[in-house]
Amino acid sequence: MSLSYIRKDMLAPQAPPISQSGVIRWVRDNLFKGPFNTILTLLAIWTLYQLIALSWPWLANGVWSDANSMADCRKIVAASAGPDASGACWAMIRERWSQFIFGFYPPSLWWRPILAFGLLFVALAPVLYSDNKSAMSKLCGVVGALTVLCLIGADGFSFHTVLAIALMAALTALAAIKPRLLLIVTLLFPFVALWLLWGGSIWGPITALLGFTVMVVIYGLVAPKLGPVMGASIGFIAACLWWLFLQSYVSEAWQALLPFQLTYVNSDKFGGFLLAFVIGVSSISISLPLGILLALGRRSDMFLVKTLSVGFIEFVRGVPLITMLFTASLLLQYFLPPQTKFDLILRVVILVTIFSAAYNAEVVRGGLAALPRGQYEAADALGLDYWQAQRLIIMPQALKISIPGIVSTFIGLFKDTTLVSFVGLADPLRGITTIVRADIAWKGIYWEPYIFVGAIFFIVCFGMSRYSMYLENKLKTDHR
Amino acid sequence: MADPAIDRSKMQISDEVAIQITNMNKWYGTFHVLRDIDMTVNKGERIVICGPSGSGKSTLIRCINRLEEHQQGQIIVDGTELTSDLKNIDKVRSEVGMVFQHFNLFPHLTILENLTLAPIWVRKVPKKEAEETAMYFLHKVKIPEQARKYPGQLSGGQQQRVAIARSLCMKPRIMLFDEPTSALDPEMIKEVLDTMISLAEEGMTMLCVTHEMGFAQAVANRVIFMDQGQIVEQNEPREFFNNPQSERTKLFLSQILGH
Repeated sequence: MSLSYIRKDMLAPQAPPISQSGVIRWVRDNLFKGPFNTILTLLAIWTLYQLIALSWPWLANGVWSDANSMADCRKIVAASAGPDASGACWAMIRERWSQFIFGFYPPSLWWRPILAFGLLFVALAPVLYSDNKSAMSKLCGVVGALTVLCLIGADGFSFHTVLAIALMAALTALAAIKPRLLLIVTLLFPFVALWLLWGGSIWGPITALLGFTVMVVIYGLVAPKLGPVMGASIGFIAACLWWLFLQSYVSEAWQALLPFQLTYVNSDKFGGFLLAFVIGVSSISISLPLGILLALGRRSDMFLVKTLSVGFIEFVRGVPLITMLFTASLLLQYFLPPQTKFDLILRVVILVTIFSAAYNAEVVRGGLAALPRGQYEAADALGLDYWQAQRLIIMPQALKISIPGIVSTFIGLFKDTTLVSFVGLADPLRGITTIVRADIAWKGIYWEPYIFVGAIFFIVCFGMSRYSMYLENKLKTDHR
Repeated sequence: MADPAIDRSKMQISDEVAIQITNMNKWYGTFHVLRDIDMTVNKGERIVICGPSGSGKSTLIRCINRLEEHQQGQIIVDGTELTSDLKNIDKVRSEVGMVFQHFNLFPHLTILENLTLAPIWVRKVPKKEAEETAMYFLHKVKIPEQARKYPGQLSGGQQQRVAIARSLCMKPRIMLFDEPTSALDPEMIKEVLDTMISLAEEGMTMLCVTHEMGFAQAVANRVIFMDQGQIVEQNEPREFFNNPQSERTKLFLSQILGH
């Protein structure tokens, strides 16, 4: 027999064999593969059945309308399902939903948080969908429509509703025509939201914004001579001086000259999801850039920068959040001069931001460590300076790797906003629920408020999680 | 040994000095990696550096654009001395192109963006002009059709040619190659070497760490052999391969050419 073999013609590729697919195949493979698997499946089915059997009557007998107290609910359930039956009392939500959403915010001013919430998504649109114009304008359109509906529901066709309709229509049109200009909305949003939520003179937020203008101008003057880091530092100090010493005078002067203001709403009126969103959104948006800087600081070659970053991160991660919240509400007041008006929500936002910045720093550091050294070397070899290399090469990749971790931190932070109930703020989970349960009419209600609040938290957090998956998918360029 | 297919008309070596290294020493911790390196490279020279692994050849060329810092001696590149002065380092780096063993393309950017990034941000070239230059060099390395793809979609040989084009877009005066073909499949080595040969034909000053002895014989005007952090022998290629002087060189050549 000869060892020689020569292929005469190459085989053409063929379609794969038609696999045995279908439901039965799937069930056999996934549910009943082997005795152990079968036992687990049966056990799971039994557990599910027990859970549903236990909770179904309670859900099915639920009362939504016609009840104004726990006693009404019990009567209705007893009448429809017998004296021993249990039933959910959702009527509480129908009657008290506004407190879960707005806290003690005056109902006549609800249009302000509603408009701010709508604008939040318009401001987020160019950040969330940076290169997807149609998604951007769709988001703006949908949010605009929902905002307008809520405004009409809350306020009817009042003057500001009409104004808000015009504003939302204009922004949606802007998103459709010139999406890049929407970034201006993003930059202005914090100041607009601040003004809408707390009210007061319009010159407050405008002069606060001027502080950033001061920063940019000083940076532009200093940076060409002393370098970007010195420029940024001196600009930052100048802006702080503006905010601390000059802003209030300028603001008052303008207010005297051109008075324009919204009714002031004090921080103790904030509560429910309004409070959770104020703390969550501001902390999330500030803590990510801060975390990035801390992560870079921790990897820096400069001893002082590195030591300070490591010290900050390790200290903050080593202390429970509640300790920091107590610090915010009690200790800071001792250190500051008496009569200093330092808003409790602002203090909480600052400490929650610091807390999540430390976690973000470590997540981002993980992403940085995962990048091959070759990426730094290639950026260096092309002559990019440190900040260019970070911005154009390193961060886009490191942040992409860190997305799951960053979003986890954000989700955790959003849920941790409920901890502010420990410093006397009315968070939706404990604060408002306790208030509702203390009401004589709803005494004895237990599951319903928690299920309601939990459901809203779930929707928000699940939304963030889905968005992070969309983002990961969009940024996938490795084509493995 | 001159390959008749290679056009040597422009491969002229000028008297001008491109790189001057004097008495350079480098340590990694206490390990003395580069010992008393003295080397002058004139404009237009094509130098191949070879030697066993760990001999310091990669470290040497990485010192030339300060990816590695030397502790003693002097390195002057194109009239600029490399010190800890960041301005000088950035100046040298924008004049010196570098090609890596593992390509180091930026995976989050398309090929075209990889090529235009440094010209736009470092040289401040307008985007349109940078893209035209990029397409010119992509034509040159024979893969213009890949411009819109991502590095992950290209073969190793294509990626390395993109990496060469990326360096060329900065219009460098000197090109450093750090084992450009060592991570490639045998069938792809040739396409990368061909690109390097055509670069040599245009008179580029090249320093190349490689084990491709065929390339050395065809293109180099000088071969440097390093061992234990020192330059052991250097000569023009024909003499180097046919008549090595040092025992260490003879042993090395017998091992890589012997089988």
